[in-house]
Amino acid sequence: MSGAPSGPVPPTPVLSVRDLRIGVGRSNELLHGVSFDILPGETYGLVGESGSGKSITGLSVMGLLKRPLQVTGGSVVFRGQDVLTLGRRARRKLRGDRMAMVFQEPMTALNPLATVGRQIAEMFVIHRGMDWSQARRKAVEALESVRVPAPEERARSYPHQLSGGMRQRVMIAIALACRPDLLIADEPTTALDVTVQAGVLELIAELCKAEGTAVLLVSHDLGVIANMCRRVGVMDRGRLVEEQDTRALFENPLHPYTRGLLAARPRLGSRTPTGRGRLTELDQVVTGEERGRDAPTLTTPRGLRLEASA
Amino acid sequence: MLRFILRRMLQMIPTLLAVVLIIFVIFSVVPGSFITSLMSEGRNVMNADVLAHLNEQFGLDKPLPVRLWDYLWGLAHFDLGISYRTRSPVWDVIEPRLWPSVKLALAAMGFAAVVGIPLGFLAALKPGSVFDTGTMMMAVSGLSLPEFWFGLLLMYVFALHLGLLPSFGYQAGSIKYIILPAVALGVSPMALLARTTRAGVLDVMNADFVRTARAKGLSEPRLVRTHVTRNVLVLVLTTLGLQVGSLMGQAIVIEKLFSWPGIGSLLVDSVSTRDIPVVQGTVIVIVLWFLVINMLVDVAYAAIDPRIKVT
Amino acid sequence: MRVRFNFALGLVLALLVIAAAISAGWIAPYDPIFDADLMNSEMPPSWAHWLGTDGQGRDVLSRILYGARVSLTVGLVSQLINSCIGTALGVSAGYFGGWWDDLVNGLTNVMLAIPSLVFALAIMAVLGPGLPSLLIALGLTNWSWTCRIARSSTLSLKNQGFVQAARTAGFGDTNIMRTQILPNILGPVLVIATLGIGGAVLAEAALSFLGVGIRPPQPSWGNMLTDARELIRTAPWASIFPGLAIFITVLGFNLLGDGLRDMLDPHMRTRRT
Repeated sequence: MSGAPSGPVPPTPVLSVRDLRIGVGRSNELLHGVSFDILPGETYGLVGESGSGKSITGLSVMGLLKRPLQVTGGSVVFRGQDVLTLGRRARRKLRGDRMAMVFQEPMTALNPLATVGRQIAEMFVIHRGMDWSQARRKAVEALESVRVPAPEERARSYPHQLSGGMRQRVMIAIALACRPDLLIADEPTTALDVTVQAGVLELIAELCKAEGTAVLLVSHDLGVIANMCRRVGVMDRGRLVEEQDTRALFENPLHPYTRGLLAARPRLGSRTPTGRGRLTELDQVVTGEERGRDAPTLTTPRGLRLEASA
Repeated sequence: MLRFILRRMLQMIPTLLAVVLIIFVIFSVVPGSFITSLMSEGRNVMNADVLAHLNEQFGLDKPLPVRLWDYLWGLAHFDLGISYRTRSPVWDVIEPRLWPSVKLALAAMGFAAVVGIPLGFLAALKPGSVFDTGTMMMAVSGLSLPEFWFGLLLMYVFALHLGLLPSFGYQAGSIKYIILPAVALGVSPMALLARTTRAGVLDVMNADFVRTARAKGLSEPRLVRTHVTRNVLVLVLTTLGLQVGSLMGQAIVIEKLFSWPGIGSLLVDSVSTRDIPVVQGTVIVIVLWFLVINMLVDVAYAAIDPRIKVT
Repeated sequence: MRVRFNFALGLVLALLVIAAAISAGWIAPYDPIFDADLMNSEMPPSWAHWLGTDGQGRDVLSRILYGARVSLTVGLVSQLINSCIGTALGVSAGYFGGWWDDLVNGLTNVMLAIPSLVFALAIMAVLGPGLPSLLIALGLTNWSWTCRIARSSTLSLKNQGFVQAARTAGFGDTNIMRTQILPNILGPVLVIATLGIGGAVLAEAALSFLGVGIRPPQPSWGNMLTDARELIRTAPWASIFPGLAIFITVLGFNLLGDGLRDMLDPHMRTRRT
């Protein structure tokens, strides 16, 4: 990894999505062939507006697409295996154990009738074959690792007794319980108060770095993406239109849509003291032809890593 | 929890009082009561003196508010008055009818729950399938079925044609007398339970936390068992309770049809004989049953759902 | 898709019954009361009598057709009364609030505690049997749900801006209730009313069956079953057809109501795939 004259050997991606297509029935296609790689331990961001297809991409990797949506083409290679070719049982075994997901709404994502501790412990019972008393102890440990104060007490509470940020931490504890190789986080902080968001994001970053868990972070929030991700893919109307290292993307966006997205952010100091300003609309920056299923994908290669990757 | 129960019991009282008031007022408007109908029938010609004496005996000569007050006072002492017809306390007339009615209601509900809830569950787990459509069609038919007609048909097939079950009568401790009336009475609640369960399961299966459970890697059977069932129960409990509560009233016709010696048939009989005190007493009992069941449902809710504060 | 099927089937059945009721006078082959041929009583279905004859030798088909008139009249009129009472009470309670709201709420709770059949029975005991009494009794027993829905809809409408806006524009309360609130609650009220028609038909049949509703010799599907009950061994058809008529009618209106409710989704919570 260091000093080799021809450059470092790229490690095998933990997730390799090729030409993924998702649709409803025959005629209605929502995802028009999306391809990207995530390296082990890497945090990869998928950014785009609502309806761009970023969420269903994440769901399809997990195998949680709801009828009538289904994968109509392409491959999803996870740790060397195309999970789309696996049977339901094999796929289910991966879920929670090797790949995990955290969702947007912590309010409704937990079973209201079971204690938080039990819901975490369930992971250990199912995937590690522990008995319940063992699993409960591990659950308390898990709560500790996500920095929930008074973990033994908290484990006995019900979801409605916790705040939104706390619930999301519980979700993270559940997702990372079995130390998966890939964590998919679908808008993990969108439903939380601004003051709580940073803490949750930091937690994800820290825990995943410690275990070498790769993260697919899906968000519409450019700030979140900028802070967390090493590499970013921009999605628009079912296509991946641009993919660059984060810094490069923000400094030098290639695709008109990305430029539009960046321009649409309100910027401190962009208004003259006497003038009135309007936010730049996306349509002002990118034309209709440059969007949609025929939009090109503009990517730049990954930058050299300065530290050894997992 | 005990305080919760006590509070709910206290809350029943105003409703009960209001019911008593309404029934009392309605029946004070009755143009004739048992006593005067005796006169008009002409069989027993009573002269005015006897009539006046009877009126006085039953307190009918007093003005309405006084009668109401007397009645309420009696209620507070658990005294429901005297039956016009039998001259015995109303409670003695009602009391032997209570248990048969309760038995019938519970049997009908048992049938409805045992058949309806699983059907609804299974229908929801395969939405849009033939089984689902078929079950729902059957459910809507069950709700549209006049239960006394269904009871009549059951009687015809099972009792008269096949001779398997008795078509009327009551025998404490024997099952075969209760089967036909329980099934006839239970069809409608069963249909409603099937529909409500199905809707509940669909709601729950679409809920976010079920998606989380799938993301955790739970198998479908385990998911349904540990996460779905309890949540559905919470939704279904209301319907279950409401049905049991109103079964007493719905049982009226079935009881008459099968000659089942319960509160319902007592009500009908006392209405036709204009035995007002018994009518009032029966209505009070029926309403009380409804209110008590409602309270039990609330208690069950508080026990199952941790979100409900029990204060 | 199943929604429209429900609605369509329900509509067809309901119209069938309505047509039967309206045309009874013309298409009934016999007089339902006076064409009583005791020599031909308890006859099974034949060409002369498509549905057979009852215990008095009357044609079952004709009685069923005329019985449709009774059932439909009771169903439609009583539900109309119920809806009017429920809407009036519910909207005014939600709109004005305060002690009136408390009063209406309490009254609704009481009504919900008394099973409707029991209440109807009690009122029939006071008023005596017959069609007008039935209309009144059933018209007074089933308004609670309408009232609840009307009240909660009114409350949620009140919380939206336009009621306040109309008030500040100077519109009177009655005007607002009539033009703003009423049209918005018509949907759910209609659904409840349609479903209630089925219930009213069942209630009338039950009351007539018990002998306190429509009295013979006036044909009502309910009292036809009372008579038929005696003859169940010898003339089972006399029991089957009136009950079948009730079933078809109630099924029709129930399907209609269900279909309406699904069409108005998500205003009312129903889950189809």
